[in-house]
Amino acid sequence: MSTSSLVDNSLVAQYALQLGDDALILSQRLSEWCAHSPELEEDVALANLALDLLGQARTLLTYAGTLEGRGRSEDDLAFLRTEREFRNVLLVEQPNGDFAVTIARQLYFATYQYELYTALRESTDAEFAGLAAKAVKEVAYHRDHAVQWTLRLGDGTEESHRRMQEGLDLLWPYTAELFAADSVALALAETGVAVDPRTLRPAWEASIAAVIEAATLTMPGGSWQPRGGRAGEHTEGFGLLVGEMQALHRQFPGAAW
Amino acid sequence: MSTGLPLWEVFIRSRRGLSHQHVGSVHASDAEMALRNARDLYTRRGEGVSIWVVPAAQVSASSPDEKEPFFDPAADKTYRHPTFYRIPEGVKNL
Repeated sequence: MSTSSLVDNSLVAQYALQLGDDALILSQRLSEWCAHSPELEEDVALANLALDLLGQARTLLTYAGTLEGRGRSEDDLAFLRTEREFRNVLLVEQPNGDFAVTIARQLYFATYQYELYTALRESTDAEFAGLAAKAVKEVAYHRDHAVQWTLRLGDGTEESHRRMQEGLDLLWPYTAELFAADSVALALAETGVAVDPRTLRPAWEASIAAVIEAATLTMPGGSWQPRGGRAGEHTEGFGLLVGEMQALHRQFPGAAW
Repeated sequence: MSTGLPLWEVFIRSRRGLSHQHVGSVHASDAEMALRNARDLYTRRGEGVSIWVVPAAQVSASSPDEKEPFFDPAADKTYRHPTFYRIPEGVKNL
């Protein structure tokens, strides 16, 4: 709130919505593993990651609702927006696939979030700086979880190696959007509120390359770079995800327990 | 659910100055993953400052059949028990 007099509140609200939706949608995807993981222990581990992300989403959506000034709560934003109104990147909404695909998504996204929150701790916006300082510890663990599994699947059996490589290759195109020159982030980066996404790429790529090499895997490539999530243009499975996420709230408005 | 991964016994130290206590067990492919699984299962609510994991196969256990020779003789030698001291007032943790 400290910068509200200098910065366009609606821009800050949009940025909070972008980061909040990233966390919310990935949380929802990870929750789908609950009771379906290869091991009971992994069930709990993935649910823990999902809960961390949900906590981040709550803070960010609440902040977005406050700045927006239309009286919308975190629940209104999560459960009453339509598909096209979500601002998350395409990577986080990609289906879970097999366990290796989920781990690939986690590796890409947690490493990105780690770099993002590390930088966002210096934000001139006290709300973002506070959230980042707390969340960076959570996502450091998320990254470690993904790294440990990538190493074991990559350097495991022939089949685990193949699946891990396929997971990395499948999701690689969606990583470009993480570092795209988004107009909201760029405008806010000028005043130090947001982080210029482009600046995060070198550290992210170095970190990913080191893990992939240690896991005896191959760095993916290719020039296809789908994007559109920040503009509300989502991929095929997103409608189902949103429908499932919102079903309870829409049937029983204000349900609580 | 189980895929036959090795079992690990988990010990948690809840705070500095106390010893590690056995809290349960987890399945994991190796020690590092066992530590992480234990962290997720047993320290989610701030229960610990330190975790040990030990391969369950490495634990040697006393046999229930040996219960009498192992434990019964300890009961009838009252002089072994520190029950003959008067505890000064105000002493805690005895």
